[in-house]
Amino acid sequence: MHNKTIAELSAGLKDKQFSSEELTRAFIERAKQFDPKLNSFITLTEDLALEQARQADQRIQAGDNTPLTGIPIAQKDIFCTKDVKTSCGSKMLDNFYSPYDAAVVEQLNNTGMVLLGKTNMDEFAMGSSNETSFYGPVKNPWDLNTVPGGSSGGSAAAVAARIAPIATGTDTGGSIRQPAALCGITGMKPTYGRVSRYGMIAFASSLDQAGPLAQSAEDAAMLLNAMAGFDTRDSTSTELAVPDYQSTLNADINGLKIGIPKEYFGDGLDAGVQSAIEEALKEYEKLGAQLVDIELPNSALSVPTYYVVAPAECSSNLSRFDGVRFGYRCENPLDLEDLYKRSRGEGFGPEVKRRIMIGAYALSAGYYDAYYIKAQKIRRLISEDFKEAFKKVDVIMGPTTPTTAFNIGEKTDDPITMYLSDVYTIAVNLAGLPGMSIPAGFSENKPVGLQLIGNYFEEAKLLNVAHQYQLNTDWHRQIPGEFK
Amino acid sequence: MEWETVIGLEIHTQLSTKSKIFSAASTAYGAEPNTQACAVDLGLPGVLPVLNAEAVRMAVKFGVAIGAHIAPRSVFARKNYFYPDLPKGYQISQYELPIVGEGQITIELEDGSKKVIGVTRAHLEEDAGKSLHENFHGMTGIDLNRAGTPLLEIVSEPDMRSAVEAVAYMKKIHSIVKYLEICDGNMQEGSFRCDANVSVRPKGQKEYGTRAELKNINSFRFVERAINHEVERQIDIIESGGKVAQETRLYDSDNNTTRSMRSKEEAMDYRYFPDPDLLPVDIEPSFIDDIKQTLPEMPDDKKNRFISDFGLNANDADTLIASKELADYYETTVKFSGNETRLSANWVIVELSGTLNKEGIELNASPVSAQMLGDMIKRIADDTISGKIAKQVFEAMWNGQGSADEIIQSKGLKQVTDTGAIEKIIDDIISANPQQVEQFRGGKDKVFGFFVGQVMKQTQGKANPKQVNELLRKKLSS
Amino acid sequence: MSLQKEDVEKIAHLAQLSINEEDIPGYLEELSKILHLVEQMNAVNTDNVEPMAHPQDSSQRLREDKETEINQRDAFQKIAPQVERGFYLVPRVIE
Repeated sequence: MHNKTIAELSAGLKDKQFSSEELTRAFIERAKQFDPKLNSFITLTEDLALEQARQADQRIQAGDNTPLTGIPIAQKDIFCTKDVKTSCGSKMLDNFYSPYDAAVVEQLNNTGMVLLGKTNMDEFAMGSSNETSFYGPVKNPWDLNTVPGGSSGGSAAAVAARIAPIATGTDTGGSIRQPAALCGITGMKPTYGRVSRYGMIAFASSLDQAGPLAQSAEDAAMLLNAMAGFDTRDSTSTELAVPDYQSTLNADINGLKIGIPKEYFGDGLDAGVQSAIEEALKEYEKLGAQLVDIELPNSALSVPTYYVVAPAECSSNLSRFDGVRFGYRCENPLDLEDLYKRSRGEGFGPEVKRRIMIGAYALSAGYYDAYYIKAQKIRRLISEDFKEAFKKVDVIMGPTTPTTAFNIGEKTDDPITMYLSDVYTIAVNLAGLPGMSIPAGFSENKPVGLQLIGNYFEEAKLLNVAHQYQLNTDWHRQIPGEFK
Repeated sequence: MEWETVIGLEIHTQLSTKSKIFSAASTAYGAEPNTQACAVDLGLPGVLPVLNAEAVRMAVKFGVAIGAHIAPRSVFARKNYFYPDLPKGYQISQYELPIVGEGQITIELEDGSKKVIGVTRAHLEEDAGKSLHENFHGMTGIDLNRAGTPLLEIVSEPDMRSAVEAVAYMKKIHSIVKYLEICDGNMQEGSFRCDANVSVRPKGQKEYGTRAELKNINSFRFVERAINHEVERQIDIIESGGKVAQETRLYDSDNNTTRSMRSKEEAMDYRYFPDPDLLPVDIEPSFIDDIKQTLPEMPDDKKNRFISDFGLNANDADTLIASKELADYYETTVKFSGNETRLSANWVIVELSGTLNKEGIELNASPVSAQMLGDMIKRIADDTISGKIAKQVFEAMWNGQGSADEIIQSKGLKQVTDTGAIEKIIDDIISANPQQVEQFRGGKDKVFGFFVGQVMKQTQGKANPKQVNELLRKKLSS
Repeated sequence: MSLQKEDVEKIAHLAQLSINEEDIPGYLEELSKILHLVEQMNAVNTDNVEPMAHPQDSSQRLREDKETEINQRDAFQKIAPQVERGFYLVPRVIE
């Protein structure tokens, strides 16, 4: 059962080939068998999962089911789940059992999905390799010496190894697309505002967006149908009807104009990645698409801009972790300042502290204009670049990452080289656009991801374009040998 | 050297919305600790703020009432600092783009002169929780019920030159927000609070002196005392060769002193930036127009109307408009009295307010309603009772013995207006007191009072005094 | 610009983070590198560019003034480090 997409599993459940309980047990067994090698889960919610599975079976029996009823899912541990540990990959929240459900969790519960567990992630989603997690690094199922990417590394690894048929993630600067690319799966970051952020522990509020990590574009479409939507509890959620993303998957892409930004094919792009991407683009040409050269002149500035905007917002967002109302509190504080400083100093890991400090500095008196305002201005320039490009093309394509999965420990000593692994994904978050990564072959036996960027709220188009590729290729069907 | 005081006030008014500014938790005062602090107020991980429409409407209402500029687009910003009563580690406030821009307030001083005080801005923000330091075995207890209560912070220009002016300004703002029904004005419960920025400079100097910010002033009386105390403190420092430090000082009303809280230069780098969880607030001109249409009468307009339409003097008008409740009470009294505007003013100001004061009762708890008082005044006006008897009636109403008419009836207080009956009494008194008649006729006019007293005694005060006067004069001089 | 040791201490204080003395040089180096990266922004002239705080160019939606939250103190305080009689406790605050 584990090698089936959720579209296939959904059909199996509907036809009573197997029950949700059987399906859920199968994935829990796989998790117990394989996850010790991967470390993709922080918490397995076995009892809850079986209970939800039995309820799902009753719904299916009663005919009160949705296409997702009874399908197991892994949730990134950034989504608050009521009475389940919600750690956000941090010692700070190791003892945090959320008293409420995130909007995404609530919506997926309503469809009757089954929560397998909470997946590992970079601490507070700050990282590109899953190495900043308090719970230890996640291994890439394609090569256990390499990283799965981050911050949604646990979700990506779990889906790649088919420990979970599908998972959720969040993407602030590439945290869905980059691990999807490195693990050879399909990931989508929707338009900012498409999915409610309520109950998703904030890293950088103007950039964060939740989305699916899946085996295929079709699966991603099915999950996005349930995740997307307006939520009155999130002021930045957009009041816009959600189309049925599955219904347009088979639209004809003949004549599609694909923008190829020259800036995404310059220095720093690994040759193996480049040739895989070029092959994928040729495939699109075969499908009737037209490649158009475009420019995104300010894209080189996306990394510097991001490393002001995201830390600035996170420095403030993470102030609530102070050891007073929830989360980690240091032993025997001498006074209030000691309580704050040690609870935070001991509860946060080094990368989180670095980013909080950079953010506090960028916002502090005397530096605000030079850093924060400057970054906001360049953010607009980057955003304008995309607006110009979308006057000429329907989608933009390029590599998701400059290289394939790198070795564990390879970049931990130098934050800058780590940051640059998100060089192609960050601009999309700054502009608030939707983006995807789909498997597009291998370089030295490691997966390569093709990035698709769409115009605002054109998730349906991206999924359609991705699905058409997947109908003609089988890269997304590859499962790492050890986990077949 | 002669010194000049410079004062600017920051007034925090809690807006009387039902729910909080960014959450749907109750704003009611006095609940058990932390029972009105929801996930958003506690700053739990993952929660998000959503702005309360009523708070925006109330802020605009204030802006319109003082003729201020209303920003077509205002922005919420985060003010970052750590404090246990500030759950998120930042306060959502407005910084560069407040909802209400420049406006003006005219205050009137005791000598009748007027002064215009500039309002720099008024912005929306969330209140913090409360810290309790007693009874926690050396620790501090935090109650976050108040956290997230909407505040309108009204910032003045440094236009005031004395504590008296500051109090007049504060009272004026107090009456405006109460008239607008956007704040209950309850200072004991902290719904209306004030910080004062105080500095002194040699008279004639242009530059401002270094200012201290006085916090925690929660009564009109304390504002005056705290400022006067601070002014003396600053002058003493300068005159003894020292320098005033820019700092925040806490007013201690028990000892009438201020003490340093924290130095402003130290640590207070608030790192304001636009709150990414909230979008800019856009106000349409039609929204402002609607508010203009429905704005209640403001205290100054009411005062003018009381003077011109009701024939009151400025003093009485001032007293009556001091609070909206009192003015409303007065107007209802007038209505039921049969438009006895001056008589009603007199009763409301003297008897009613005096009795409330003496008994320590708030107007809204008065046992005598405006209608009851109006009905009674009507009986004075139509000569059913005299003003003197009315005091008895008022007292009986206060003690719950019924309406004016019931009391007049049951106690037989109806004025005697039967001329024949009064003449008969007068005749009896004249014949019984020949000596006094002699004295009066001999030019000792004072004795007249004796006769009035006798008549009133005989009629138990029920005779119409005017009538008694007339008849007595006639009889005595015949 | 590169930071000094005192800058790191000041920022850590502002952010209320305890940092071990021996870790300061590491933070100093890394933060300086990040700032160096960030300063690439200076290559672009942005004189007439409007800052963009948010990807959405729309305005704040307003919530009706309704009180719908119920008391959940027990659930919220179950996860709190230290509470007493409904209050959250912290070391004594001196004002």
